[in-house]
Amino acid sequence: MKYVIIGNSAAGIGAVEGIRQVDKEGEITIISNEPHHTYSRPLISYLLLGKTTEEKMKYRGDEFYDRNNVNFIHATANKIKKKQVLLDNGERVDFDKLLVATGSSAFVPPFEGLASVKDKFTFMSLDDAYKLNDALASDKKVLIIGAGLIGLKCAEGILKRVAHITVLDLAPRILSSILDDDGAKVVQSHLEGKGIEFKLAGSVKVFEANTAVLNNGEKIDFDILVLAVGVRPNTALLNGIADIERGIAVNAKSQTSAPDIYAAGDCTQTLDVSSNQNKIMALLPNAYMQGECAGLNMAGGEKNFDKAIPMNAIGFFGLHVVTAGNYSGDVYAKTESNDYKRLFYSDNKLNGYILIGNVEKAGIYTSLIRERTPLDKIDFALVCEKPGLMAFTKEDRMAKLS
Amino acid sequence: MKRVYVNEKWCLGCHLCEYHCAFAGTNGKDMARSLKDIKINPKIKIEEKDGVSFAVSCRHCHEPLCVKGCITGALSVSGGVITIDRNRCVNCYTCILSCPYGAISPSEDGAVQKCELCIKTSKGTPACVEGCPNGAIVFEERR
Ligand SMILES: Cc1cc2nc3c(=O)[nH]c(=O)nc-3n(C[C@H](O)[C@H](O)[C@H](O)COP(=O)(O)OP(=O)(O)OC[C@H]3O[C@@H](n4cnc5c(N)ncnc54)[C@H](O)[C@@H]3O)c2cc1C
Ligand code: SF4
Ligand code: SF4
Repeated sequence: MKYVIIGNSAAGIGAVEGIRQVDKEGEITIISNEPHHTYSRPLISYLLLGKTTEEKMKYRGDEFYDRNNVNFIHATANKIKKKQVLLDNGERVDFDKLLVATGSSAFVPPFEGLASVKDKFTFMSLDDAYKLNDALASDKKVLIIGAGLIGLKCAEGILKRVAHITVLDLAPRILSSILDDDGAKVVQSHLEGKGIEFKLAGSVKVFEANTAVLNNGEKIDFDILVLAVGVRPNTALLNGIADIERGIAVNAKSQTSAPDIYAAGDCTQTLDVSSNQNKIMALLPNAYMQGECAGLNMAGGEKNFDKAIPMNAIGFFGLHVVTAGNYSGDVYAKTESNDYKRLFYSDNKLNGYILIGNVEKAGIYTSLIRERTPLDKIDFALVCEKPGLMAFTKEDRMAKLS
Repeated sequence: MKRVYVNEKWCLGCHLCEYHCAFAGTNGKDMARSLKDIKINPKIKIEEKDGVSFAVSCRHCHEPLCVKGCITGALSVSGGVITIDRNRCVNCYTCILSCPYGAISPSEDGAVQKCELCIKTSKGTPACVEGCPNGAIVFEERR
């Protein structure tokens, strides 16, 4: 059996580990247009912060490819034709089962005048991080467009190394995809306390070299521009081959609509069981688990990845933010000194939560969402107050701990 | 593989397992001296309410959501034991978000902590099991 995986990151590595649980012999080839050993993408901001090194960023140990007998090709996959992948270097790679784990790319809106900006960067890869690193200096002013996870992680990573950071976003609040208004304020004031300046509900009308002119006429001068507006799934390889909606459409077995072609990770859209909607999750745990599921199925095993929910853990300068699910329904709210908690529930189910500060045992909540646990089967008042196994019936507790 | 199992029927709520766990992490010789005046942060934790109590520590899951979700690869499975490479952990808390038992927790030194069945510290039987005076925590092979 010839397995080919395009993408050498969380989903691709998950697939290797999935395949090898079932098939120790089959030939595995990974094709990647990044030249590096598999690394943890979220760590690129920690690299700039000086909290990790390229060596420590490795997502799996040095022996990974040898131990799993994986053949690594550094090239770009340009086309899929019948049962072959065509590479930019002219080579063709045959496959019996293919996994597309191509992730996502930075979305760069067609801002007027963007071409006039000399030092502009995206923040998606190790090479992006090295390029940005080379431009940093203690007298430079930075403008980051996008107050999402990537933009703010970038801000944290470089704050100490530049003169000033302004973060601009179209949305009226930061981290708009994972926080509600009040939660966003808590995190924003924490970041402002560290020296980051925000311009929210604003957008760039035109760039004039080192100046951004906003729609309201305000001007922001900068030396370095970081574009972190959002990401788009890399779906092009499957154009005309398999169904693509917002991302590559896959079933619970990670199969696309094309025979013998699977897809996993940020390039796909996945059913969010907390809202029953198909979404692009673009998160590492989901990418790994979907990749592992794909690998198991490609190798003839049986596995469903059918409990996906958006979920995110992120910290900024020691302030932790953990969120999951969606924020519809009734709200349990508690704010206590620096700890912020919101639980969202309806129809006897927990739909989502936001925890800022104290995030202990957050996984208890995640599991209630993921398992769609009926809330009348547990002591919901207790679990709101204090997440723990105590909230389950004695029978369920015994079963969980046996 | 042998795992730690608890039985709430026998748990006295005495918290000795927590002290033995904290002590096992200190390399000290004398428990009272090692833990004097410090607020312990054990990897096994008692839950208690209305006269019911039980200890919770890592289950060493067959499908470890913490390992699968770890963004750095700091968590891994070695011979069935879920272990952490504290050097590679960046305290992102994705594992805390993932663990359905609440068995992985923040610590003071830049990495999360979890029960590793005392494989890094001692001699076969986990300290909590040895320290429980009432047999409410056992170390055995079940499935
Ligand atoms: C700065 C930053 C911080 C983040 N922080 C977090 C976090 O804290 N928590 C979290 O859960 N997630 C975080 N994420 C998101 C996380 O990194 C992704 O969800 C995860 O990497 C997705 O894995 P993947 O394997 O699907 O795709 P990717 O990691 O995007 O990997 C896809 C790979 O495929 C390669 N590729 C694409 N097309 C081709 C082609 N045609 N030929 C060859 N190779 C190709 C790409 O170059 C890339 O190497 C962060 C992302 C960034 C950028
Ligand atoms: S930390 Fe939690 S998820 Fe991980 S193995 Fe232990 S019990 Fe399972
Ligand atoms: S806190 Fe550490 S062990 Fe947990 S997911 Fe993050 S890097 Fe991995």
